[in-house]
Amino acid sequence: MSPTLQAVLAFVQTWWVELVSGVVIVAVVPLVAGYIVLMERKLMADMQARLGPMRVGPHGLLQPIADAVKLLIKEDIIPDNADKVVFWIAPVVSMTAALTSMGAIAFGPAFQVARDINVGLLFVIGVSSLGIFGIVLGGWASNSHYSIMGALRSTAQLVSYETAAGLALVSGLLLAGTLKIRAIVDAQQHFGVWFVFLAPVAFFIYVVASIAETNRAPFDLPEAESELVAGYMTEYSGFRWALYFLGEYANMIVVGAVATTLFLGGWLRPFPNVRWMNWLDALPALFTAAVGAYCVYRAGKQPVRVQTWFMWGVALACFVVALILAVPLLVAPLKFLVPGLHGAFWFLLKISAYIYLFMWLRFTLPRYRFDQLMHLGWYILIPLAIVNVLAVGVAMILEMEYGWNRWLAMLLTTVITLATALFLLRLNDKRAAAASSAAPPPEEPSTEDSYAG
Amino acid sequence: MQDDAAQNQTLLGADELVLNMGPQHPSTHGVLRVKLKLDGERVRGTECVIGYLHRGVEKIAENRSYQQFAPYVDRMDYVAAVSNGLGYCEAVEKLLNVEAPPRAKVIRTIMTELQRIASHLIWLGTHALDIGALTPLFYCLREREEILKIFEKYCGARLTTHAFRIGGLQYEAYDSFEKDVERFCKDFERRIQEYVDLLTGNSIWIGRTRNVGVLSAEECIALGASGPVLRASGVKWDLRKAQPYAAYDQYKFEIPVGTNGDTYDRYMVRMEEMRQSRLICLQAIENIPAGPIMGKVGKVLKPPAGEIYHSIEAPKGILGYYIVSDGTTQPYRVRIRPPSFINLQALDKMARGHLVADVVAIIGTLDIVLGEVDR
Repeated sequence: MSPTLQAVLAFVQTWWVELVSGVVIVAVVPLVAGYIVLMERKLMADMQARLGPMRVGPHGLLQPIADAVKLLIKEDIIPDNADKVVFWIAPVVSMTAALTSMGAIAFGPAFQVARDINVGLLFVIGVSSLGIFGIVLGGWASNSHYSIMGALRSTAQLVSYETAAGLALVSGLLLAGTLKIRAIVDAQQHFGVWFVFLAPVAFFIYVVASIAETNRAPFDLPEAESELVAGYMTEYSGFRWALYFLGEYANMIVVGAVATTLFLGGWLRPFPNVRWMNWLDALPALFTAAVGAYCVYRAGKQPVRVQTWFMWGVALACFVVALILAVPLLVAPLKFLVPGLHGAFWFLLKISAYIYLFMWLRFTLPRYRFDQLMHLGWYILIPLAIVNVLAVGVAMILEMEYGWNRWLAMLLTTVITLATALFLLRLNDKRAAAASSAAPPPEEPSTEDSYAG
Repeated sequence: MQDDAAQNQTLLGADELVLNMGPQHPSTHGVLRVKLKLDGERVRGTECVIGYLHRGVEKIAENRSYQQFAPYVDRMDYVAAVSNGLGYCEAVEKLLNVEAPPRAKVIRTIMTELQRIASHLIWLGTHALDIGALTPLFYCLREREEILKIFEKYCGARLTTHAFRIGGLQYEAYDSFEKDVERFCKDFERRIQEYVDLLTGNSIWIGRTRNVGVLSAEECIALGASGPVLRASGVKWDLRKAQPYAAYDQYKFEIPVGTNGDTYDRYMVRMEEMRQSRLICLQAIENIPAGPIMGKVGKVLKPPAGEIYHSIEAPKGILGYYIVSDGTTQPYRVRIRPPSFINLQALDKMARGHLVADVVAIIGTLDIVLGEVDR
């Protein structure tokens, strides 16, 4: 056996978990992203009094696959004046960063993606931030005004909001005392409460900042369709465009997973330590069964026989999942499977809820202007995040050194942070008012002076 | 050369960036092309390039009989075709010195006010979409659909309706016309509240529209701006009140005016105009006079030699027709004063010093239709 082969074998033996996870991520995430897009389109259609995709498969269930095929076979256009190499690399960088950062995430106690490294959360945030390089390089390499403006906006936005998001995460990490993904969730189980209830302000800041980080409305300025056509993606088409798109949705999953892990109790069910709430364990199975039952109900209403069969297939899949979730609860020897399976269910449910929130905001709100975005970031979110870190720290000292009740300490600091938020908002309003009324001449001096002479 | 270079220097000492917005751009409302001179994101100047949709409507008029030209005016402001038709028909009637019968006038008024609502709905939806709110567009289209259904039932066409004829109407109002209009108006009050809920109090919306694209009353008058753009600057000028035409003198309605002349005021003025149009429709269907729908005009129209100017308050502003007749069956010259074209002149004044995102908001708030700008 040649030494090269041996080296390769040794490498594979050491890293096989990571290699397999890598393959799984690359295989699964695009599909999931495609279905998130479908979900988004369906929800948007529902909120806008229309139907959304209905043609490909029953209720458009095969639309993502059709889209993927379409994008794969589309003509691949590279502008003449583009920097070809960078133009090639940029979307790959963007997507690689998004997919790599998933490596350290755990989708439940039994579903660690690659490895539970000791700086897990830091790794996730750090690597996903690298995605900005793809956007900047792509915008620059396109050699187009719209692209470069989108890229510049994106850079400024990410730098500003990454700071706020990082500080918000620090508040949560102070409570957890670790960066290890699994340990963070264990800490929440130990505390008996999700960190969102202990540090609500931090969670709120993270929600806002993560929307901005993933370039979603109302912070979707880098790709603001009505202003910059498509921002940094303007010159991209076909599969390269799809890579950017994929990166964006993968990023949404990542921020959802981070928020879920740190603030929403990870894979813990609601009230994880409360014994009489144990009936909640039946919820996952009932939920999937209900979805399956709805599919059966819809199956009879499909106009085409193929679609009826398809719906029956989906229903069957749902029932199988429900069965898998239910059996370990009922059969004593399989009880050890419960945390793993149900953990994954709860984790995915929470991520979905988080992404749903993103979508809901997108359909509802108009877009911020660039200067307003910057003001919101630098004048409100970042100061608030700093105050919040201090406040959480003070609360923890009060609890640990002076024996205060944890809830009392947290409540106190939350109130302080909220007061700061109000103060910042007031300040911001005043500043905005001053800026808008700068044009008219300054007001007369006070009346006291007029009587002075 | 050196002077040019010095002029192009900006605050940061860099050259100006010239961004070519359009004619293919998601939010220039058609084929408007704007050359933006940018310093970073700040607009230092704009230059409109128009004419991409030029079809020579005015020249076509010289080779068509008066009746034949009527459908062409529908293609100018194609989201308010009924209003265009009303203006043209009334202008030719004035030239012929005939008057439409009262019943025709009332039905014309109802149709035109419905068209105003439809036009404003398109404006609201696209304007909100430009500013990033996705959902209002679909709600607006849903309501507009009801209006288009009424049009379709009335004359068979939805967009370019050619609903009126010179001298009156070709079609009698269909049986349930009043009922349909009433149902729409009753529904619309509730529906308009949905837009108000989505936008009016929304702090992002206010932030994006307040103090953006401010036009003072003097500037508006100097530029010849009309319609909601003028009224939002506080000038109470509406031809429906000032020089009543059709049956407007019979109905009670308010002319909403703004105070600041910014994008938010124009939004509020148009929203209120929709409510007022609704009230006009409700009043009008109460009492549609009986009688003929066509005045005394011959099959062949031969107006006496002379000239006439007639203007109406179209949804976008004052729409004027200047027709010169040489006594033949074809007009010697038709000159059209399109509100969009003249309002668009304000773009440079409004956009200077704002950001790129505001330019989009300002184009939206001017409510231009390129079919009318280019003609």
